Amino acid sequence: MSTLIEVRGLTKRFVKDETGIVALRDFGLEVEKGSFVTVLGRSGCGKSTALNLMSGLLKPTEGTVSYRGDPVTGPRTEISYLTQSDTLMPWRDVRRNIEMPMEISGVSKRERREHAEELIRRVGLTGFERHYPRELSGGMRRRASLARMLAGDPETLLMDEPFGALDAQLRTDLQLELLRLWQGSGKTVVFVTHDIEEALLLGDRVVVLGLLGRRVLDKPIELSRPRDADELRVDPTFVSLHREMTEALREGAR
Amino acid sequence: MSTMTETSKTSPESQAGGPANAVPLNRTWWERNGRTTSIWAGRAALVVVFVGLWELTGGWLFDISFTSRPSAIWTRLVEWNADGTLWVNSWITLQEIIYGYLLGSFAGALLGFVLASAPTFYKVLDPFIMALYAIPKVALAPLFIVWFGIGMDMKVLLAAVTVFFLVFLNTAAGVREVDRGLIDAVRLMGGGRADIALKVVLPSSMTGMLTGLKVAIPYALIGAVIGELVASNRGLGYLISNSAATFDTAGVFATLVVLSVIAAILNFLVGLLDHRVSRWKPAEARS
Repeated sequence: MSTLIEVRGLTKRFVKDETGIVALRDFGLEVEKGSFVTVLGRSGCGKSTALNLMSGLLKPTEGTVSYRGDPVTGPRTEISYLTQSDTLMPWRDVRRNIEMPMEISGVSKRERREHAEELIRRVGLTGFERHYPRELSGGMRRRASLARMLAGDPETLLMDEPFGALDAQLRTDLQLELLRLWQGSGKTVVFVTHDIEEALLLGDRVVVLGLLGRRVLDKPIELSRPRDADELRVDPTFVSLHREMTEALREGAR
Repeated sequence: MSTMTETSKTSPESQAGGPANAVPLNRTWWERNGRTTSIWAGRAALVVVFVGLWELTGGWLFDISFTSRPSAIWTRLVEWNADGTLWVNSWITLQEIIYGYLLGSFAGALLGFVLASAPTFYKVLDPFIMALYAIPKVALAPLFIVWFGIGMDMKVLLAAVTVFFLVFLNTAAGVREVDRGLIDAVRLMGGGRADIALKVVLPSSMTGMLTGLKVAIPYALIGAVIGELVASNRGLGYLISNSAATFDTAGVFATLVVLSVIAAILNFLVGLLDHRVSRWKPAEARS
């Protein structure tokens, strides 16, 4: 496996009035092609900033992000980013929202329509094509966002606590759905979360971040797939990993 | 995948309403239309009572040379209808309103959109725009007479100037309030400046622009009529000042009735437009 994303010495300082606020200091990460990396950290540790920088939305104060060896200077279509908050266009119905990335890349109207129908079916939104985002529940909006993200056919998915605001049941459903979409697709996923269980359930590898993006722990997770949340809870390996992560998070906060 | 489809049907999350849980209701006609009917009945009753009292009290409680009476107003309307006065003058005023409104709102929407897209430039212009906005538009009438004469042009422009600022300021506010997250979403899809402007900023600022278009309607009317009151020989404004000058209060009231009918029709038209464009908004934010 080759390194797809390489982050080196990334520092981001925001300017507020006369003071600079450091959100991330000297952050580094390498992501292998086709892997599922979960980044675990408490709120305010710079996880979102790191993803914003990796997606090219923000420019770093210092350091570099490279993708396949090219420096990332702005957003690129191979990398898709699912943010914490919904960014569906409120004036477009579900189908037209999902068609949007294809619209921008110039896919013909008929193909767009067909592909969108297919994605709608895959995320289980059939029957809601003509609904506007405000007419959907939070979970359905997330699914529409997921479908929109896949519509651009990205190689790499960056996800920032995508299921954070959902109820437990729905969250499990969407986690399974994500794994199903990822497995065998060859796509690379960087998934940010503050939930230890979620990190262990999804990731090939867990990176624990402390304050300002300090890497406290970086560990491959060798639990066999498919992983089942209920079985894992009593699995001794999982239990000891869970303990280790809890310890790392506590350590990171110091 | 099948699990997903199932949850979308059974879980309480689909309470937002959808094909899965739409239940047919067998409501009676009164349950469906009762509220609307009583509101309209109330309105009709109010008009009847008001007009009735006015008609009955005129002549002993009030001097009809000042307040006239509904029957006299009606007679005047019938007369004006017969000799064409009503239609000629209404048409003039209506044309002034429409041209003024179109000119002002087109310029306001375009300039608001363009200027607000360049925030620094907008900041530079802001105090000057506000200063111009604060000028009472009536005060411009004498100047416009000097520039454009007392024909229709001057009324059209007076209406346009009034409309312009309302549409401009509301559109600009709409553009500046665009959600940053939506712009980023388009950038992530590989969209350039044109995509951002057309697919995010334009639809998003539509709300502000429509507010501007809606509040501007009565002002187009005001602009046109004021222009006519200041100097003219045709139009509803002229009809008012001419009737007043000859102590014909019935004529003044008759013109006012015509003006309010025009205003009501215009409001209705924009209401239709608003309803079409903002179907995606929550119901309580609409009307």
